[in-house]
Amino acid sequence: MRDVMPKWADVVLIPLISLVLAFLLSAVVIIAIGEDPVAAVKMMVTGALGSTYAWGYTLYYATNFIFTGLAVAVAFHAKLFNIGGEGQATLGGLGVALVCLALPWPHWTLALPAAVIGAALFGAAWAAIPAWLQAKRGSHIVITTIMFNFIGAAVLNYLLVNVMRPVGSMDPATAKFPNGTHLPTLHDLLAPFGIAFSRAAPANISFLIAVAACILVYLLIWRTRLGYEIRAQGHSEPAAIYAGIRPVRIVMAAMLISGALAGLMAVNNVMGEAERLVLNSVEGAGFIGIAVALMGRSHPFGVFLAAILFGFLYQGGAELALWTDIPRELIVVIQALVILFTGALDNMVRMPLERLFLGLRKGRA
Amino acid sequence: MGGDGQTGGRAAAPAIELKGISKAFGPVQANRDISLRVMPGTIHGIVGENGAGKSTLMSILYGFYKADAGEILIGGQRTQIPDSQAAIRAGIGMVFQHFKLVENFTVLENVILGVEEGRLLKPSLAKARGVLKSLAEDYELNVDPDALIEELGVGMKQRVEILKALYRQADILILDEPTGVLTPAEADHLFRILKNLKSEGKTIILITHKLREIMAITDTVSVMRRGQMTATLETAQTSPEELAELMVGRKVLLRIDKKPATPGRTVLEVENLRVTDEDGVERLKGVSLNVRAGEILGIAGVAGNGQSQLLEVLGGMIPGTGTVRINGDAIDLTGRHSDGQSRRARGIAHVPEDRQREGLIMPFMAWENVVFGYHHDPAYQKNRALMDNAGIRRLAEEKMERFDVRPPNPGLAARNFSGGNQQKIVLAREIERNPDLLLVGQPTRGVDIGAIEFIHQRILDLRDAGKAVLLVSVELEEILSMSDRIAVMFDGRIMGERLPGETDEMELGLMMAGMNGKAA
Amino acid sequence: MDFATILQVLDSTVRLATPLLLACLAGLFSERAGIFDIGLEGKMLFAAFFSAATAAVTGSVWLGLLAGIVSSMVLAGIHGLASITFRGNQLISGVAINFLAAGLTVVIAQDWFSQGGRTPSLLGGARFNPITLPFAETLQPVPILGPVYHDLISGHTIPVYFAFAMVPFTWWLLFRTRFGLRLRAVGDSPEALDTAGVSVVATRYAAVAICGVLCGIAGAYLATALQAGFVKDMTAGRGYIALAALIFAKWRPWYALSATLLFGLLQAVALRYQNIDLGGIVVPVQVMDALPYILTVVILAGFVGRAIPPRAGGEPYVKER
Repeated sequence: MRDVMPKWADVVLIPLISLVLAFLLSAVVIIAIGEDPVAAVKMMVTGALGSTYAWGYTLYYATNFIFTGLAVAVAFHAKLFNIGGEGQATLGGLGVALVCLALPWPHWTLALPAAVIGAALFGAAWAAIPAWLQAKRGSHIVITTIMFNFIGAAVLNYLLVNVMRPVGSMDPATAKFPNGTHLPTLHDLLAPFGIAFSRAAPANISFLIAVAACILVYLLIWRTRLGYEIRAQGHSEPAAIYAGIRPVRIVMAAMLISGALAGLMAVNNVMGEAERLVLNSVEGAGFIGIAVALMGRSHPFGVFLAAILFGFLYQGGAELALWTDIPRELIVVIQALVILFTGALDNMVRMPLERLFLGLRKGRA
Repeated sequence: MGGDGQTGGRAAAPAIELKGISKAFGPVQANRDISLRVMPGTIHGIVGENGAGKSTLMSILYGFYKADAGEILIGGQRTQIPDSQAAIRAGIGMVFQHFKLVENFTVLENVILGVEEGRLLKPSLAKARGVLKSLAEDYELNVDPDALIEELGVGMKQRVEILKALYRQADILILDEPTGVLTPAEADHLFRILKNLKSEGKTIILITHKLREIMAITDTVSVMRRGQMTATLETAQTSPEELAELMVGRKVLLRIDKKPATPGRTVLEVENLRVTDEDGVERLKGVSLNVRAGEILGIAGVAGNGQSQLLEVLGGMIPGTGTVRINGDAIDLTGRHSDGQSRRARGIAHVPEDRQREGLIMPFMAWENVVFGYHHDPAYQKNRALMDNAGIRRLAEEKMERFDVRPPNPGLAARNFSGGNQQKIVLAREIERNPDLLLVGQPTRGVDIGAIEFIHQRILDLRDAGKAVLLVSVELEEILSMSDRIAVMFDGRIMGERLPGETDEMELGLMMAGMNGKAA
Repeated sequence: MDFATILQVLDSTVRLATPLLLACLAGLFSERAGIFDIGLEGKMLFAAFFSAATAAVTGSVWLGLLAGIVSSMVLAGIHGLASITFRGNQLISGVAINFLAAGLTVVIAQDWFSQGGRTPSLLGGARFNPITLPFAETLQPVPILGPVYHDLISGHTIPVYFAFAMVPFTWWLLFRTRFGLRLRAVGDSPEALDTAGVSVVATRYAAVAICGVLCGIAGAYLATALQAGFVKDMTAGRGYIALAALIFAKWRPWYALSATLLFGLLQAVALRYQNIDLGGIVVPVQVMDALPYILTVVILAGFVGRAIPPRAGGEPYVKER
């Protein structure tokens, strides 16, 4: 059971190699469909990082992925696989919409805290039932959260079509949110500092909330008693019971926090960008959170980096789809490969590396 | 005799011969240049401490692991054993310590698994039914062929394992710690079976760390220490003391020097304690006992007779019914105020039976483990929200120093320490809280000899400091040498109490088997 | 509701239940062998695309079926590699496979056909066509049984009959053959199989391969029988419904048939009626859509009998030290 590898190899080297493998295979896919991977990468870099407009989109997507990535990461620490980020973010959107449409908000500074609470509460609520079933009845949380994604989609579909749709509109969406709920974009935030940031890009103040969430999750997991208990329970439930940690409480706490984080994404995409609630507003960000958490090794800093990377891929991919014959779905392929290599095929990279380090150690001894 | 077993022709070739077997797991050398010969129709014992490499060696012989170097000769023929299939073909059968049975299959299905005749099950099942019947008659191996494994007791499951091997026409039978979970009576029955098998010409290898069994049943015996074979002897010409010395590598004190106990007030009172597990089976059936300050109450018994549940319910890990008083005050046995935290608040410390599964979080660093279970203590907090990680680290360093944990590096993950040092971390955490009552389960299981003495001494020190200790161990020697009083558990009940000076292994053994020692 | 309507709904139930049944049995083989598979959806989708693409190009539905099976088995192979050989997390591998299929099918479809991620519509021999069972026409006038035989039992495509025949065959294979004994053993106690001298790896790969074949047929059926070509995300969560059905069926073949027929019925009803009026209470179509998932959660919660998965399920097999 002894560690044969230094810690940096485990934390940095393995994810990096996995990532390189995933990208190499992606390049093979691009070549196979008759495109030039180098040109594609160039176009992605320009499209995602080449201007403040590009950055504005990259950071907007990254904000979504930070929230969903943190959501998956927190649950991972308790050894729970929350695959329900999609549904929790959907319901978070409902929470945001209800808050924004409930009052004629005078100013975003008032609406934002209320929307944050609404998003977190609804996201947490959607995670609460699978969490309770896991904690109390042992129902496998992976299956129940998948089911709740579908149920959540049906619930939102029903509400948008039958309840929340403004009279006379054919579109299954809510009314536009009032002006007092419109969040400042990075353009608005950076202007006072004399930085000219694109006016058209959707990145907004939610990005700062996401960064704050990273810091808070870091403190939660590594510095608080609850985080200590979540990690302990995640490694060994019998040990947790021995230490007087109640598994039911930990499962509930971890999943509620996870659901709340996923729900918070809605502050960015529903309140910050669309400014109304539409069908399928999450657009798979809940699932990308899985890739982000795996790549980031469930550490908030890693999640932050991975989310930026996926923001880049997402925006770059959209540019590719716009200017070439490469469809947006290429990003889904890359995402799949990242999940595959950093998650499921971890040992494929780890085993040879461990042998290598063992050899080095023996060579020295 | 030359290296080749066939030379000379008349002298029978050894049933098994191992030459220069080595095996490493990562950085750990489990077997180092091991050679061994076992003659046919004999019972050969292999003794050694936990972790001496016995099980690894036998797993190599059974094709479970591949040796890094060395060769295996079966009946004088050099044989490759790359997998279990090859071992079975070579006539080797193995009864593992942890049974390898499919729980939701019948006995019959388990017996034919892997040696089915043809693609359909029906003929195989019919044949196996017949063979099992004759095996049962030949060797006292009666088992209901249609019973589901999950409904059988441990003794029966072991019989199924032996039947599996015999059904595969094994000539060589390896048993790994076969008596660990058996009562003395069941163990005697097993030994009768083994003697029957020997008289039929089968070769048997018995792996154990119990010297008594070696002396009772084997013809020859090998001793392993730290991955090496240190000696092979005729059983008749050796003694338990010699074997113990060979196992450990130096003279062993089988008795512990301790001051007489000076028991004070009663710390723990248990009345009519009952525990029912998740499957609805009653595991504690009305246990009553008490432990006073300044004494060690030892609980003896065969594993699985309720000792684990006794520790767990007292430690707040599982609910129970009945009355438990600590320093005269009753404690909750169910509900919100019955968990590890509330027990610790009452001055109960607990060294659990399974330190790797319960006592430590293996990927946590040593310093994180040093407050495990006490992490709510205000002394370990920096402020209302955050824990004082730096302070805990310093504290861990001191504790590891005092308990001689090696290496004394609090930043190392628990899994990187040896068994003995892991146990020292647990003890440092629990004993240094200065509890009124210490619950200890299997304190020296999987611990090297050097650490055993240290651990025993620390527990005795706590007793001498006027604290109450409840010690559970399946090692009768440990119970006899450590305890001031001994209670024997059988089938969820206390069979009786004895004073260590007024009893012996014989009497305790009978009580552990459910018989009243006095009447025998 | 008259008799003819009921027959129509049931007929549609059978057609909609078929891919669920095939995928459910696929999952059954895999999970009975201890390999959890949430990648049923991805394998079906992959097979749907490659079968439709091959059928469109060659004009032969049988070549299409073959391509579907092979493509699904490739993904099954990846799942096997991740969860058996490299002892990775089976759930994560399944998730990856679902995304891989969702992405690759569209990327390749766009490259090959440039029709916005679909294949051309399949005609004639590029599709499975309904077959009429003997005497269907002759017996039609017989009251009740005649129409039942003619409309409900006869007139389906070959994969439908194959799927239903797979149910007793699966049962027989699992419980009456050596292969089934070993497959069930490896899902409950791989160490028992290993020490009995049978390869855990080979047995599990065999199970995963069968899972691949059945998912391949399910996907091919979707694209070449139920519909006439591939469209993006055409599995529409069927893999997850099949997974739900598998839990509902407690990993047993005959129960799998009942569960998938039930879920197929829900889909058929939702397809035919938008909102259902139950004596004043209107059940919205979204409830029908969500019902399989809700039922599964209820089952998982243990309120209607407990679903206990194979003991060694989800755990990679590592020889103990």
